Amino acid sequence: MARSTRQSLPPLASMSMDELYRDQILEHYKRPHNFGRIEGADLEFEDTNPFCGDEQHVTIRLGEDDRVAEIAFEGKGCAISTAATSLLTDELVGMSREELLRLPKDFVLELLGIDISATRMKCAMLGLKVVKSASLGKPAEWEDEGAAGDPSEAVADLGQL
Amino acid sequence: MEPVSAKSPAAAAPFSIEKVRAAFPALEREVHGRPVAYLDSGASSQRVLASIQAVDRYERRHHSNVHRGSHTLSAEATEAYEGARATVADHIGAADRREVVFVRNATEAINLVARAWGEANVGAGDRILLTEMEHHSNIVPWQQLAERAGAEIDWAPIDEEGRLDMDAYAALLERGPKLVAVTHVSNVLGTENPIAEIAQLAHETGALVLADGAQAAPKLPLDMAALGVDFYAITGHKLYGPTGIGVLWSKLDLLREMPPFLGGGSMIRKVTKEGTTYADPPARFEAGTPAIAQAIGMASAMRWVDMVGMEQARAHEEAITEYALERLAEVPGLRVFGPPGGPGRLGPVSFEIEGIHAHDVAEILDRHGVAVRAGHHCAQPLMDRLEIAATARASFGVYTTSEEIDRLLEGLEDARRVFGL
Repeated sequence: MARSTRQSLPPLASMSMDELYRDQILEHYKRPHNFGRIEGADLEFEDTNPFCGDEQHVTIRLGEDDRVAEIAFEGKGCAISTAATSLLTDELVGMSREELLRLPKDFVLELLGIDISATRMKCAMLGLKVVKSASLGKPAEWEDEGAAGDPSEAVADLGQL
Repeated sequence: MEPVSAKSPAAAAPFSIEKVRAAFPALEREVHGRPVAYLDSGASSQRVLASIQAVDRYERRHHSNVHRGSHTLSAEATEAYEGARATVADHIGAADRREVVFVRNATEAINLVARAWGEANVGAGDRILLTEMEHHSNIVPWQQLAERAGAEIDWAPIDEEGRLDMDAYAALLERGPKLVAVTHVSNVLGTENPIAEIAQLAHETGALVLADGAQAAPKLPLDMAALGVDFYAITGHKLYGPTGIGVLWSKLDLLREMPPFLGGGSMIRKVTKEGTTYADPPARFEAGTPAIAQAIGMASAMRWVDMVGMEQARAHEEAITEYALERLAEVPGLRVFGPPGGPGRLGPVSFEIEGIHAHDVAEILDRHGVAVRAGHHCAQPLMDRLEIAATARASFGVYTTSEEIDRLLEGLEDARRVFGL
């Protein structure tokens, strides 16, 4: 097939992209903190992002006070899921299992400090889900569905009923 | 592989891409301030205007339930629905329109065979032969059947280029499977499998053949007799038509021997308190009010694509795939999965870039208005075989242009810049 002439396109909305993939995120993606596996861990769980098959495996060693003494994660993932779990695991030493279970999603979103679209929310939350499941010893209950929009918006241009 | 159509390949003159694109309203959309470069037709194609308009016309003027009323609207709806069946039969080279069973999608077509044919014919110790490149829709129904029946599943391997290893395939056929289920075109590797050859080999050992045509039907001329299969599954929404409609094709003799799948209205001959006798195919397999408008929409899309010409559609797919493979080879650190080119290499083109996860590739491409899919593509056994978690995948339609491939490349350059590669 002949190569065609390039059509002229408007400039990219690259601000938002460089914001999403800002240096802190890329740094944690390329050199994730707490990456690896703790041998003989007290708590352990593995889960996948069902949409893409990405996996994360979390191991936790508890101290004598039953609080997190050491935490590690490993697995394959995108920049968002890897950076999110890297940032998250930096914050968890000293927490009790109950405190882990109470961590809200916003905790991760604030650590990331970027806008996460609905399509990437599962990536951002994978680590938190696995950490909570590890502290429970079974899959944590999780509200997984995307945001529900107004179906009539799709036909808005047909006018009012 | 030999072309399956009786039509001469010489008829495959290039069509007017401008005219084709003008028939797809959604291609006028902008995404992030740029015209969308829709490279995700393998997940779901855009809808052709002829199909949208046929659905609209039916819904506005002709709708009623089918096969029921003696009134005019019901007669019109029935005529349109059965006309859709005849159009599908014509498009796929079926011998008789009663061989066309309307279902929701290719997944339901395969489940229908696994339930109706499978439960009557597959028992303990029987074998089913799959391949490593199947979509979950052509794996899970067979695993469920195997579990219920106590049957065994064999997996035909792929070679390093992502083609079926035909020697291994023949060897697995020696085990005497009851059925082989194989995709016509891989939704990850873009490999076109030699279905006619497979069907011949399988029939020699007494196995029936189901081909999953979800990816193939939009891009290849189809002739059921030439393919020689026993079951063929198609979905409408990858073929420029609506969601919620698909086709199971099978031979009338086979369909007549099969027990029903779902029970309910329309699929019966007579119901009494003591029991029920079932209607002849295809009605036996179409319980409940069907997706009438969607069947009409799918048939209209097939009629439109026949006007373009399936040989031309195939030639276009091959040319775009070749161009995409050539351009992707320019990207440092990029690895393409599937055959490197040549005959039997169609889209999709799946790839990974070292150092950038497929999700991030797809997100950055989206900011450029380029739509690709990232993930496991519902083919996790294949992902395991390739030892990867996810790929990015560009897939094509009759409307795909080389400019859109150029924009894919531009987006990939930007992804490498963002990730400091």
